[in-house]
Amino acid sequence: MSDFKEVAKQGLWKNNPGLVQLLGLCPLLAVTATLTNALGLGLATMLVLIGSNILVSLVRDFVPKEIRIPVFVMIIAALVTTVQLLINAYAYGLYLSLGIFLPLIVTNCVIIGRAEAYASRNNVVKSAFDGLMMGLGFTLVLCVLGASREILGQGTLFYGADQLLGEWAKSLTIHIWQVDTSFLLAMLPPGAFIGMGLLIALKNVIDQYIANKQPKVAQEAPARARITKVN
Amino acid sequence: MAFKLASSPHLRVKLQTQTVMRRVIMCAVPGIAVQSYFFGFGVLVQILLAVSVALAAEAAVLALRKRAVLPTISDNSAVLTAILLAVAIPPIAPWWLVVIGTLFAIVLVKQLYGGLGQNIFNPAMAAYVMLLISFPVQMTSWSIPSVIAQNPMDLNLTLQAIFGSMSAEQLKQYKLGFDGIAMATPLDTVKTDLALGLTMTESLAKPAFADGFGVGWFWVNMAYLLGGLVMLKLKVIRWQISAAILGSLFICSSFGYLLSPDTHVGPLMQLFSGATMIGAFFIATDPVTAATSVRGRLIFGALIGVLVYVIRTFGGYPDAFAFAVLLANLCAPFIDYYVKPRTYGHRTGH
Repeated sequence: MSDFKEVAKQGLWKNNPGLVQLLGLCPLLAVTATLTNALGLGLATMLVLIGSNILVSLVRDFVPKEIRIPVFVMIIAALVTTVQLLINAYAYGLYLSLGIFLPLIVTNCVIIGRAEAYASRNNVVKSAFDGLMMGLGFTLVLCVLGASREILGQGTLFYGADQLLGEWAKSLTIHIWQVDTSFLLAMLPPGAFIGMGLLIALKNVIDQYIANKQPKVAQEAPARARITKVN
Repeated sequence: MAFKLASSPHLRVKLQTQTVMRRVIMCAVPGIAVQSYFFGFGVLVQILLAVSVALAAEAAVLALRKRAVLPTISDNSAVLTAILLAVAIPPIAPWWLVVIGTLFAIVLVKQLYGGLGQNIFNPAMAAYVMLLISFPVQMTSWSIPSVIAQNPMDLNLTLQAIFGSMSAEQLKQYKLGFDGIAMATPLDTVKTDLALGLTMTESLAKPAFADGFGVGWFWVNMAYLLGGLVMLKLKVIRWQISAAILGSLFICSSFGYLLSPDTHVGPLMQLFSGATMIGAFFIATDPVTAATSVRGRLIFGALIGVLVYVIRTFGGYPDAFAFAVLLANLCAPFIDYYVKPRTYGHRTGH
């Protein structure tokens, strides 16, 4: 069980794909202008990630080492197409607002990275769990960034949530404050970069704080380096 | 009797950061005075606001970084940044504009990179660009020069406009029409007119151009030029960057003007309108973000001049100095890498 705990810890915090591995930056920065978009893309990526991890883990013993990357890419591409068609069918508004970044999930390095680094070496259950945790970590970063950019930019939260969740979600939209002029920087790509940098800084601060709080392990005096061989 | 041994140089000029910054600020005073004569008390209010925010922000970040607060704050660099940003902002802009800008300049552009001497970009200009991109409407409505405004704003009205006690409706009323308080800058007006298909002559016939350069702007630029010349005399700045900027801007715009006088802003107006003089003498000469060698400074300045011309003529924004300075800031390390002064004693060929 401790294995799963470690996988969860890695995906959500220690090795977070967004904040630590810095993978999939392109969608991370491009579609996080609103929380709805961020959540939509995060969920789509998570679905693909879980699926690809399961499939790659299933075929890992049959795929020759030399051609594993093309095989992985084909699996991922098939999954992305499926997810894209699903969103097109059930959340058309979101499909339009995510635009090119939906098919571009196929190029997201998190997915091929996890397939190569984890799924091709571990069994199905573990791989699926790793996909879930990595996807969750990625989605969380997307959502935090999306929420902060949306609040700063236009003073709302969950604007357009009905595109993702259906009509009832219209009531989810929260107006934090009324702005006469939207803070365009937060909505534009530079705002995403700055926000991302601040998030990473925040994570480092928290890590440092935790490290400082931990009781210091008394360091052993370094053993004297052996200079001459004793025969 | 023991003699203290020290290596050369033995004679040192005791010009500290604090002194340099203070002199630059003093030299900007005539420009600021003329600007507030033409554009109202708003200029001074913005400066006060920016300086106090800048000092507070710098102190807060320094305390967070566990650095000595007082010595760094009293080096006047934050004050200078705040002043340069404040004079670039429209005098009647709402208070939160200058506050956001100053915080951005000091916290993100300057201190996060390690404080004075470590920042890649000119803080004032980076903040200006950030504001211009984020709030284009507020950043392009300048107050009308008091000499041609029909009801110039008094201090009370200015404060109301800045601190938002004036209702949006009232403000809009003031902004509409020529008797309002806000209008586009001359360069902006010319740009709009040219885009509408008017010729330069037709555009310049407007009352805002009564003296040929845009009312007020010529004298503001002259005042900053005066301050710049004093700085040269005091050896606070070197001549290369400013001369290269003005030279290349003059050459480029003369060329364009000769080719097609009706669709190009003339060279004199390029030099004496907008942010040219304050940019050339006060902003681009920032020793932290500019190139360092003599030839490097010439290249750096010339690059800014060309960029200003290109962006003013073909770009979408009314003035180009901030963009040009930031782009040149990016190139400064590259210029320094390739333009190294010859080491004393080395042959020129090698």
